[in-house]
Order: sequence, then structure tokens, then C-alpha cells
Amino acid sequence: MSRADVCVVACAEAFRGDGEILAAGIGGAVTVLAARLARLTFEPELLTHDGVCLLTGDVPALGERPEVVEGWLPFRDHLWLVLNGRRHVMLGASQIDRFGNSNISCIGDWARPKAQLLGVRGAPGNTRCDPTSYWIPRHSPKVFVPQVDVVSGLGTDRGAYDLRRVVTNLAVLDFRTPDGSMRLASVHPGVSVAEVVAATGFELVIPEDVPETREPTAEESRLLKEVLDPRGSREREVAA
Amino acid sequence: MSKVMSVEEVAAEIESGMTVGIGGWGSRRKPMALVGGLLRSNVRDLTLISYGGPDVGMLCAAGKVRRVVAPFVTLDSIPLEPHFRRARQGGTIEFTEYDEGMFMFGLLAAAHRLPFLPTRAGLGSDVMRVNPGLRTVRSPYEDGEELVAVPALTMDVALVHLNRADRRGNAQYLGPDPYFDDLYAKAATCCYVSCERLVDTADLLKEGPVQSLLISRSMVTGVVETPGGAGFTVCEPDYGRDEQEQRRYVDTPWEEFHEQG
Repeated sequence: MSRADVCVVACAEAFRGDGEILAAGIGGAVTVLAARLARLTFEPELLTHDGVCLLTGDVPALGERPEVVEGWLPFRDHLWLVLNGRRHVMLGASQIDRFGNSNISCIGDWARPKAQLLGVRGAPGNTRCDPTSYWIPRHSPKVFVPQVDVVSGLGTDRGAYDLRRVVTNLAVLDFRTPDGSMRLASVHPGVSVAEVVAATGFELVIPEDVPETREPTAEESRLLKEVLDPRGSREREVAA
Repeated sequence: MSKVMSVEEVAAEIESGMTVGIGGWGSRRKPMALVGGLLRSNVRDLTLISYGGPDVGMLCAAGKVRRVVAPFVTLDSIPLEPHFRRARQGGTIEFTEYDEGMFMFGLLAAAHRLPFLPTRAGLGSDVMRVNPGLRTVRSPYEDGEELVAVPALTMDVALVHLNRADRRGNAQYLGPDPYFDDLYAKAATCCYVSCERLVDTADLLKEGPVQSLLISRSMVTGVVETPGGAGFTVCEPDYGRDEQEQRRYVDTPWEEFHEQG
């Protein structure tokens, strides 16, 4: 069992119970694998896409074209779907705060940034209209900050529609607290609570008993290794 | 009846200070040959409206840009656009930063000649802070919901690149995604189409279904045949992205890259 497999499964778990909606993994290879793994196992009604504009009828390996196509989702329809809401998106973030406000726009003062990043992209509308989760491959105080420089994606204190979970290379976090602030939901096998606290630049809510993130089943490990990611892209994305 | 022009003739129609919309998305089916015409002209102080890619980056690098209106600028396979970054970090351009969905509604509003369209996208985010001119509007119905009133993204000129066109300006895409090129054409006072290949009108449907006829000649001022005219960005099914050339663009100082053509 690798840490990357634990992370993919923890991301896949974000889609549990979602039913017949688009699982949009657009925050890196792990999020794409998570959507496809969930569909192949416990959430078979999910829709998944090829990363371009096809809804796939089968569930291809990462980077492979589908053999079966069940729908067309060009950018204009993807943007429609964001507003429609039948979609659970898993995003990345360069910064995220304790209420889940996220930044992918720029670092520093917006008027004259120290580092221009992507721009807000679709994060404002995604987080306002759709269930949203995050995948953060490198859990560190540089990412988990007291205050983000630009609010691209909305936190629970700014009207997020439904922030589900944040999965990192160390832990799973959620927002199931009275004030909607971030809580440590589980630590990955081999990670201590102290490690997560040290890697987080704000005060996390820590329950009395912090469970361990579940390990992949034998079937999940097999699907990742043999079917979805034989080239091991997930391993390169997850910080050791 | 023929609207066939050269790249230079299109560039000559674009004046300093104009607002120019550029079709495609990121590093996908960008009208790079037409952008090249602007790079060689004396035009400056442009406002660019774009789901931005190397079109925005190159025009920023060449000092042609006063303002960029965009939800992102990216090269897709290379996430960050180097020249746009430098322009932002150097403070040499102004930036109107919108959410992707807001941006589409701005195009739709302009295409329909509406002053604005309401949406939820953008509410609660710093898009509202960094664009102090944005206004909200309240639903006049029972729900009373407050929404962002996205102003129409009208433009003087639209530049788009499609796979095929006829000499009168009917234009066809053959790839998997139309992007928003029809909306740019409808939102602009003048739209110039470049294409991989000019064909007879009677031949348009030989390569694609009627749904692939994306832009009508009534929306088009000029058409230019530019084989390879989207390169190095992707233009399926005619060609994929030239990743090697895109990498060279990122790694080479702009002056050197530009001189080498």
C-alpha cells in the first residue's frame, strides 16, 4: 500500500453518495483517478470525463482515450453545468485558509503581485454552485495559511455551496464544525496528528479521537495498479 | 462578395486603443497568425478579451497591451504563461479578472446586445473586490436573489481561427470543441476569421455536419487562409499542439523568439 493509493482512495471517498452527477477531477492526476476509481467501485452511477470534452462511457486509464463515449461536454456546456450544479468538483489550491477560502490567482498584493498564478479560473462559480472538494499534494504552512491573498474559491464563511473535504498527502480535513472551520477528519496511516498540526499555518479543530484514513481494499489497489494508472503517475504527484 | 484578405490587411484594420477579443481557449485553436500580424504592426494600448493563452502572452511581451480581460492565462500543458506573469508582476498592464462563467455571460450579453446578464458566479469572491466597477442586481421575482450583473463584453474586433471557411466568411470547426468563437464573432463590431483552408461553399459539408458551421458570413468582415495559423496551439483534427515549440517559447527570451519568427 502506497501513500498515493491512500490519497486517491480518500479523494474517491469524497464522491461517495453523489449518484448520477459529474465527478469533475480537475486538480491533478490524483483527482482524475479518484473520480474514475469511485465510478468503478462504490459509486457506479457517476459521470466522468476525459479531461477535454467527452463524457466517457467506459473508464479509461489516465491519459488514454475512451473507447466508448456517452456524451459531449465542450467548455460552454461545462460552464453551464457549473451553474446547474449536477457536478462535484475536486480542485487544487495554492493557498487555503481555515474556512476553505482558496487561492489560485496570485500571491501577494493583487494590484502588483509577487507571483502571478493562473487567475481565478472557474473557482468562484464552482464553489458557489457545486459541491467542492480539494486535493493538496503538499500539506505545508505555505498552502494552509491564516489568510489567502486572493479569494478565488469561496469558504464556508463566504457562501460556499457545499465544501465537502480537503485531502492532502498527510490527512483528510472537513468542515463539520459549528462555525464551519476546518477540522482534522483523519490522518493517513503512518502520519501523526502533530505532523499535520505542524504543517498547518492556522489552528485546526482536532477531535479527541482522530481516526486513521482507511486503507485501499485489495480490489482498489489492483484497479489503480493494473487498470487506471499502470504508469504510476499518482506516485509522482504525492509529496513523500 | 469575396472577403478574402491577408494577415497584414487585417492587422492594418486594428488601431491603437481598440478592444480586441481573441477566440480559442488557453493554448487551443488560437488565431496565432493574426496575432503575429499585430506583433509586426505599430498598434499599442490594446484591451484584450480572451480565455487567455500565448496570444495574450505574446502581445504583452511585445508591449501591445494596456489591459487584459480574462479569467486565466495559461498554456494548458504548461500551467503558467511566462510573459503574462512578467507583465502582471512588473505592473505594466491592467487586469480585469473574471470567473470563467462570468466571462461567458459577458460574451453572451454582448452577442445578444444586452447590457448585462445575471449570474451567481463571482459572488462572495475577490472578483468583486478587484473589480470595484462590478454591480449586483436583485431578482425582481419572489426569490429576490442578489446576482452579479456581468457587463457585456463588447469589442471592436474579434479574431478567431477555424478549420475551414469559404470566401464569404462562413466558418467551420472540425475539432471536438467550438470554444466560444461564435460568441466572439457576434460580440464584435468586426470579426476576422483565419482558417486552415479556404473551400468552396458547396464543399463545407463534405468534411463536417451542418452543426459544425459555427460562424455565419453575416458576422464576418474578413477571412484569411493561414495553414498552420493556430500553431503552436492545438487545432484538431488538422494538428495537435506543438509541445516542443511551446516549450521553446517558454524557455527563450522574447526578443530572440520573436526575431527567429
